[in-house]
Amino acid sequence: MSGPIIQMDRVSRRFGKSVLAVENMSLAITEGEFVSFLGPSGCGKSTALKMIAGLLPVSAGTITITPPKGKSEQDLAFVFQEPTLMPWANVFENVYLPLRLAGVSRSEATPRVTAALTEVGLSRFAASYPRELSGGMKMRVSIARAMVTRPRIMLMDEPFAALDEMTRAKLNNDVVRLAKEYGLTVIFVTHSVFEAVYLSTRVIVMAARPGRVAADIAMETPWPRNEDWRVSPAFSTEARRVSETLKGTLHVDDIDH
Amino acid sequence: MSTTSITEEAAAPVNTEQLARERRERLLSWLMPVITLGAAIGYWEWAVWYYGIPKYLIPAPSLIVQTLIKDGPSLMVSAWFTVKLTFFSLTLAIIGGVLLGAVFALSRPVEMSLFPFAVILQVTPVVAIAPLILIYVDSTFAALLICAWIVAFFPILSGTVIGLRSADHNLRDLFTLYRATPWQRLRFLLAPSALPQFMAALKVAGGLSLIGAVVAEFVAGAAGQNTGLASRIIESSFRSEIPRMFAALVLVSVLGIAIFVLTSWASRRVLGHWHESEIRREH
Repeated sequence: MSGPIIQMDRVSRRFGKSVLAVENMSLAITEGEFVSFLGPSGCGKSTALKMIAGLLPVSAGTITITPPKGKSEQDLAFVFQEPTLMPWANVFENVYLPLRLAGVSRSEATPRVTAALTEVGLSRFAASYPRELSGGMKMRVSIARAMVTRPRIMLMDEPFAALDEMTRAKLNNDVVRLAKEYGLTVIFVTHSVFEAVYLSTRVIVMAARPGRVAADIAMETPWPRNEDWRVSPAFSTEARRVSETLKGTLHVDDIDH
Repeated sequence: MSTTSITEEAAAPVNTEQLARERRERLLSWLMPVITLGAAIGYWEWAVWYYGIPKYLIPAPSLIVQTLIKDGPSLMVSAWFTVKLTFFSLTLAIIGGVLLGAVFALSRPVEMSLFPFAVILQVTPVVAIAPLILIYVDSTFAALLICAWIVAFFPILSGTVIGLRSADHNLRDLFTLYRATPWQRLRFLLAPSALPQFMAALKVAGGLSLIGAVVAEFVAGAAGQNTGLASRIIESSFRSEIPRMFAALVLVSVLGIAIFVLTSWASRRVLGHWHESEIRREH
């Protein structure tokens, strides 16, 4: 591990005149870290992520991303809450998109697209269309598309929120495996304490109105973890610790009655 | 670097029962309308004979077919004229509608400035504008073409604008993230996203271009050799040649059906593999 790859310095984001989505957020993320942004709805997790991706301008403060050493088609990948696939294009074309936009020829890209699809277990589905795939498979295509440019940074905005528990657990393991294998720096937005605790090396708990960092918790258990750890007392202890912190950040009206 | 890929997903088995059902449905999709139409024509023939309806009121289908054969050569010349007029106007409507739609979608100020003109053209009945166009334009064909174009243009314009604006916002973000050029964005995202609305507009505009062509000719009251089916209808009406009127009308209908079949086929070809509107599902 080396110096910070992403540095947020007193970053704020305002929508209109009255809504302060993120206020004075400062954070340094080191290369190879798996960081989760955890918090209730409306705490600015996704806004922060989109600002890091450059998809939303900051209202105040600065975000610095250390430039890569070598040449890369795309250094930063984004996985959305929905699979966000082009329904008119088959799986191959969807995964090829980032390379195509970077001007990589089809013949040069084919082995890379195939490798990315193999990584997510979908090499036999290259010719299928998104509508023919299940929710979990679509999300895997989305991950393959993010991985195809071999990025250093992967930003994931509640990618598995709409999936069933089994598929979510499977994809959690896939993401951790890929992050470990390729030394990715991951920022993973979630509202699930269990998901954040299982996946991350560090959990950033965010509070709402205005969105801000409420706690920065380093996970004690070595990373990556395996399925056995999910049912271990250590997992419960870590989850309780994060949960208590999260509870402390909630407003009374955030809790459903 | 280890590459322990995860288990491959299994491909779905081919369902033969489903294939047979699809085949049956395809067969029924053309067989049912053919049977219904055949029954309707049969009843018409029988009713004309049974009630002794004179041919100057409602001719029997068999007489219309005879007229079609007898007057075939001259009617076909007129039909070809209408076909040319319809397809030229539709082609121009597509070119104009798509180009202007793309400009509108890219620039709000241009849209705000020009959209009222498009609406005025659309809401003013073509029969009201046609006499003016016929005065200003020397060539009758060009005048008729303009009239038919006015009718067919607006659906294409409006469909293109709505379509180009309907691209998924996350996909837009994705293209921004990957620094797509405006051309790449148009080619790989906006144009495919616009296809469903464009194809729906094309189906409407196809029919309207024929209506525009026929109405324009009625208004122009063109006569002579180089005229379309509408002129044949007017001419036959003056001479009380009702079977000939019906024969020309049948040709107009056939042309309309051909346009509908063609645009529906194009829509299925373009959208059938991905868009909800054209996907056939099992229930």
